[in-house]
Amino acid sequence: MQAFSDLLERLILTASRNTKIELMVNYFRQTPNPARGWTLAVLTGELDIPGVKGGSIRRLIEDRVDPELFRMSYDYVGDLAETVSLMWPGTRGANRIPPIDDVIEALLGATRAEGERLVAGWLDMLEPPQRWALIKMVTGGLRIGVSARLAKVALAEMGGVEPAEIEEIWHGLAPPYESLFDWLDGNAEKPSPDIEAPFRPVMLAHPLVTKDKRDDPDAVDPAMIDPDIFAAEWKYDGIRVQAVSERGVRRMYTRTGDDISHTFPDVLAAMDFEAAIDGELLIRAPNGEVAPFNELQQRLNRKTVTKKQMEARPAMIRAYDILVEGDEDLRALPFSERRKRLEAFVEKSSSDRIDISPLVPVTNLEALEAARNEPPAPEIEGLMLKRWDSLYEAGRPTGPWYKWKRDPFLIDAVMMYAQRGHGRRSSFYSDFTFGVWRDGDDGDEITPVGKAYFGFTDEELKQLDKFVRENTIDRFGPVRSVKANKDKGLVLEVAFEGLQRSPRHKSGLAMRFPRINRIRWDKPSAEADRLETLEKMLPADPLLDKG
Amino acid sequence: MAGKTAHRDLYALTMIRPDLLLHPTPKGLYCPPGDFYIDPVRGAVDRAVVTHGHADHARAGHGAVLATPETLAIMEARYGEEFTTSRQPIEYGETIEINGVTVWMSPAGHVLGSAQVVVEWKGLRMVCTGDYKRRRDPTCRQFEPVPGTHVFISEATFGLPVFRHPDTDGEIRKLLDSVAMFPERTHLVGVYALGKAQRVIKLLREAGYHETLYIHGALEKLCQLYEDHGVALGPLETATLETSERGAHERFRGKIVLGPPSSFHDKWGRRFPDPLPCFASGWMSVRQRAKQSGVELPLIISDHADWDELTDTVREVDPKELWITHGREDALVRWAELKGRKARPLRLVGYEDKSAD
Repeated sequence: MQAFSDLLERLILTASRNTKIELMVNYFRQTPNPARGWTLAVLTGELDIPGVKGGSIRRLIEDRVDPELFRMSYDYVGDLAETVSLMWPGTRGANRIPPIDDVIEALLGATRAEGERLVAGWLDMLEPPQRWALIKMVTGGLRIGVSARLAKVALAEMGGVEPAEIEEIWHGLAPPYESLFDWLDGNAEKPSPDIEAPFRPVMLAHPLVTKDKRDDPDAVDPAMIDPDIFAAEWKYDGIRVQAVSERGVRRMYTRTGDDISHTFPDVLAAMDFEAAIDGELLIRAPNGEVAPFNELQQRLNRKTVTKKQMEARPAMIRAYDILVEGDEDLRALPFSERRKRLEAFVEKSSSDRIDISPLVPVTNLEALEAARNEPPAPEIEGLMLKRWDSLYEAGRPTGPWYKWKRDPFLIDAVMMYAQRGHGRRSSFYSDFTFGVWRDGDDGDEITPVGKAYFGFTDEELKQLDKFVRENTIDRFGPVRSVKANKDKGLVLEVAFEGLQRSPRHKSGLAMRFPRINRIRWDKPSAEADRLETLEKMLPADPLLDKG
Repeated sequence: MAGKTAHRDLYALTMIRPDLLLHPTPKGLYCPPGDFYIDPVRGAVDRAVVTHGHADHARAGHGAVLATPETLAIMEARYGEEFTTSRQPIEYGETIEINGVTVWMSPAGHVLGSAQVVVEWKGLRMVCTGDYKRRRDPTCRQFEPVPGTHVFISEATFGLPVFRHPDTDGEIRKLLDSVAMFPERTHLVGVYALGKAQRVIKLLREAGYHETLYIHGALEKLCQLYEDHGVALGPLETATLETSERGAHERFRGKIVLGPPSSFHDKWGRRFPDPLPCFASGWMSVRQRAKQSGVELPLIISDHADWDELTDTVREVDPKELWITHGREDALVRWAELKGRKARPLRLVGYEDKSAD
């Protein structure tokens, strides 16, 4: 438990992705089986300890301390696991810290009452950091800023393999993953789990970006594209999924191999085929069109889904590709062949939950560019270009596939608040809340519409930081409020991918993926955009078309 | 034990209400018969008794200041020679009379020179702890409980049962382990300039770390003062860049730099390559608090008594009445009620919640 709680504590306090990976790699290298495997199960959310829940922990503490003192402490700390771990009346200088494998193995074999008794016994023995780790582990919901994907990236780094290799076998493995670690240590062959409906590593595309706007070193200039050898289709704004149905087993995976079948039983029920399909998971709006991404978001990351949610937001797959049909693996066929097979496949499907992503006719590059910027629906992010002769390869090979996103929306906003960053940026004000003008009770006022913390160079960050320090009018902890009125204020040109209505935000709007495109030192703050301009950019709300 | 019983009886016989000897006022805790304030918080007073040198307890401009010689030296280092018109040094255990009130000092174990103020009048003994801690600190005298205390006026900075500071050596080990694990990063350790800085330095030396430690300019004078009082701190260097040469800051890689917590958020903090922010404070036991302030390595090292030290000390001193000041008073009052002790929150304002960076 000691090494496990140290790891959790470092992970929760580290903002940097690379440091998190380094911490996990170190831990996996230094910790033996099966302890590291159980830790991996905790990090990837694969561990479910039945019985002991938040309520049990609360009962345990209220039996041991004055409820009034508990209330005062909980009020101050604000987190149950943390409050209990700190005020548990344990014996100082614990006699023995049980290893994590003992703890988990005992809990998995325990009834609810036994589980509570075990947990209470360990809480007596442990110090606060380990108590916290134990409570987080048994009640679930770590919230330490590590996704299953990041844990797998760390595993890949530890073993010197590609993350895709781990994703491919992941679903055939179970905690405590001894065969996996033995392979990554170089002491055994790669495990080849025999599972039904396995995940196949996904093929990804490089971006196409006009030369002068390129900051991604892997991006390719559109001028390099030969329109004669590429097929084009729309890039939808949903989530990329792989739907696999083989020998009676149906699963749906994300592009990183997470199994999300349980969240989308409506789609699973419609997968009455023998195949592996690559496509976009979307929500169908009442008018039959694709609903905005926000609607899909409402259905993601849920453990269970209600009938009502499925009726209000029916999910569907728009198929891009076919990887396996029956017993035949199609990945080594060129895209032109696979496309024919996919068309025939969707044609004979009786399900209304699966349709095909239409091809966009390619005449020349100019026409493509025009199509990219004026897609037929706002839920389209741009174009996908795929070489007709491309095989379906794992990872992101250079050359066969490209994504060509439409230009972002742009707006001129005024900086309102700035917050210090983390890690390397901890001495810089680097997170900016910005707003636009609107009619207020006393004339024009600025209302916040978003927050951005990247898009600028290091040199620009220094200038922004200087501006914040010189124009601060108020402070709240790490946040500073800066001058923002008609006479004085810094205009930021903000780029974003899309706009949604959001009752949770003051302005009623939420931006997707906002970033600072340009700093408009030259532009007077009074000339920044108004809320009405943003409102005009909103897509028509398909959910309002019901009646 | 006999002495203690005698005192208790005397308390019952004196009929002196403790309020007559010390009571809270807007300027701080006031002693009417002695006409002095203990750690006055607002404005200048004619006569102040000061428990220790932290700025919220020791302010400049009072007429006369009675304090330990170390505390007076600290006030001079911070405010200059003119911080008061009359300095009255008093050694631990030495007694003096002020208008018929006997005053003496007992070590508080908080920082160099820190003292509990003992005030006696007509058989009534009241002890004001100032800030204190019970665990070992190689840079100052250990706390000494005053037997026969009738009214114990305790600080309560960490007066909630969630504050239970772990073993200090373990926290120092955590820092050294991190330096070994990330040899390419600069460990920036936030410390208060008086007390915490010198204690952390001394503890690092005791743990076998003998490399040069780099310090912020704000720590220089006080480190020197500790050295002058016999606390050896080993090789220290100011974390300045002598040259504007490119790459000069590279020499901080793998090193430990100490400074006031706010300095690392300032432009000063930018000179350090790949910084790893640490903070040595009792507040760091609450993880969310550490996370919000951007601290990656919290070090739970406190110069205040934690909940167990506070309650154990009250049990040990066993006063007739417990008065509680600056900090989380309500929880300690609740605890006292549950234990059948008479307790009263003073609600003095003006002492800083040092939790802010």
